[in-house]
Amino acid sequence: MSNENIIECKDLNKYYSGVHALKNLSLKIKKDSVVGLIGDNGAGKSTLIKILSGAHAPDTGHIYFEGNEVKFKSTKQAMNLGIETIYQYSALIPQMSIARNIFIGREQTNFSLGSIGLMKSKTMDKAAMDALNDVELHLRSPDTPVNQLSGGERQGVVIARAMYFKSKVLILDEPTNHLSVKETNKVLRFVEGLKKQGVTSIFITHNLSHVYPIADHLCVMARGEKIADLAKEDTSIDELTDLLVNG
Amino acid sequence: MKNNRIKSILMRPEISTFIMFIVIMTGFFIANDKFLSPRNIRIVMGITPEYIIVAIGIAILMISGEFDLSVGSVFALVPMTMVQLVHQGIPPWFAIALGLSIGIAVGFVNGFITLRFGIPSFIATLGMLYIARSLTTVATGGFPPPFPHSLPNELFVFQFEVFRASLFWMLGVAAIAGIMLHRSNLGNWIYATGGDTGAASSMGIKTNNVKMFCFILCGFLAGFAGMIQTFRIEAPLPSQGYLLELESIAAAVIGGVSLFGGVGTIFGAAIGAILIRFLESGIIMARIDAEWFRAGLGSLIIISVVFNTWVVRRGENMVHKNNAEEELKDDDSSKEKKDEA
Ligand SMILES: Nc1ncnc2c1ncn2[C@@H]1O[C@H](COP(=O)(O)OP(=O)(O)OP(=O)(O)O)[C@@H](O)[C@H]1O
Ligand SMILES: [Mg+2]
Repeated sequence: MSNENIIECKDLNKYYSGVHALKNLSLKIKKDSVVGLIGDNGAGKSTLIKILSGAHAPDTGHIYFEGNEVKFKSTKQAMNLGIETIYQYSALIPQMSIARNIFIGREQTNFSLGSIGLMKSKTMDKAAMDALNDVELHLRSPDTPVNQLSGGERQGVVIARAMYFKSKVLILDEPTNHLSVKETNKVLRFVEGLKKQGVTSIFITHNLSHVYPIADHLCVMARGEKIADLAKEDTSIDELTDLLVNG
Repeated sequence: MKNNRIKSILMRPEISTFIMFIVIMTGFFIANDKFLSPRNIRIVMGITPEYIIVAIGIAILMISGEFDLSVGSVFALVPMTMVQLVHQGIPPWFAIALGLSIGIAVGFVNGFITLRFGIPSFIATLGMLYIARSLTTVATGGFPPPFPHSLPNELFVFQFEVFRASLFWMLGVAAIAGIMLHRSNLGNWIYATGGDTGAASSMGIKTNNVKMFCFILCGFLAGFAGMIQTFRIEAPLPSQGYLLELESIAAAVIGGVSLFGGVGTIFGAAIGAILIRFLESGIIMARIDAEWFRAGLGSLIIISVVFNTWVVRRGENMVHKNNAEEELKDDDSSKEKKDEA
């Protein structure tokens, strides 16, 4: 973990037709850290990360990435800068193969007319297998449709994708939802591996016990506000549980 | 490993359609051995390319997650426009280009209404089904016009020994569509958009543009196919392509294209369309009352989808079983390691 901030947000506000979903939220995220973002249902966690990933624009406020102010107009812009998001609801196309999923929207092509070209399927298959091996995920074939994988393996594929495209920041929105204990541990191991490779991750969950063991920093949200922002050394499971329950 | 490969091929829905195709063809051949005579193949394959081209357009659009119920009407409107333009003194090739651009325009309007107003394409194109059919009838001026022989129809429908020129046009369309859908990144976006629009757009795919492309392609191909039919029968009929929208969807579905998007192939849709035409011919040749064709088609739709679903599910079960076995093996080997320690 370094002392530089990779992302900084200042006074973000977001309204959804009357709902004030984010209230003057400011946040600093250090490079190469794992940040646990926790909060009850409706706290505004997904709203915050949608803004960081370019899916939504804030109504007011500023975002700085590596020190420069950014105003994302699309997720593609954020992805090009190296911010990759794994949504609460899967970011994979179930019927498509692992390799095709890894390269969606960023296919390697042979020649191209404008942005359309013929895909280099062999190269992409091989790169997909390598990317999976890099996150210690050993699957049989890059042709396997994603809907034949377990939930944990799917999250592994998404993480492999982010790694392959050299993301600097990986945002995971409830990646352990609906996963068994064994599968959850797999995902946690993937995320721990990211830190070693110099990737900052923001891990969103309402299950504190999932993120606590791997987080460097914990940030608690309630009703659209940040109510606590603590380094792990300065807090405990009990204190955080108390904050979560009593807001 | 090899086993898995075979299984994953068997799991593909268009393969089960192909198996069904062989079975049905054999059945009709047994009923009447003239069914597979060059003469009958020539008759059936003389008309089938038109239906395959429409089915290809529909299949691609359905894979992207949308429908087009207006293809039957466009199938009549486009050639009617061409014929009437020629009668107005417009040069034939220019009339053809203008006619085809009507198909493109209808596809664009279908896409625009669906995507801009966020309504189901089923409704938008149902409206277009009536509008385009009505326009076709109005364009005839109450009386089907004669076919102008200045149109270069031989280029599209010339009868060779067994096949017509239209077969080669169809093969060209299928090859281009196949490369586009299965080999290009645009094809990948089409599958992704139909598979899960939300996930696709979160990966930066402009899903509305992808769908718009498919609507336009579908309209264009329906018009192109309609032109070939008019060129073949040398009479522009306002009723041409009546109920073709349902038959094309049937062809796509029989060939393994999913109603929910994200699944299907060009090969499957083509086989589906061929199967329907041979079914029709087979029923006639077996001296069954032609009215039974629709009952046969209805049964075929239901049976093929049930069969496809069953084959895919069986394949998935095999894979899951394999996975489970492998996991068991993993557990065993880790136990062994522990024992050693
Ligand atoms: N698209 C939307 N339109 C209207 N209101 C919305 C929308 N998205 C979120 N909200 C509202 O904004 C508030 C914050 O929602 P958000 O999804 O950010 O919560 P969350 O912390 O991610 O919750 P969860 O743990 O359930 O995922 C909620 O009150 C929610 O109802
Ligand atoms: Mg959420």
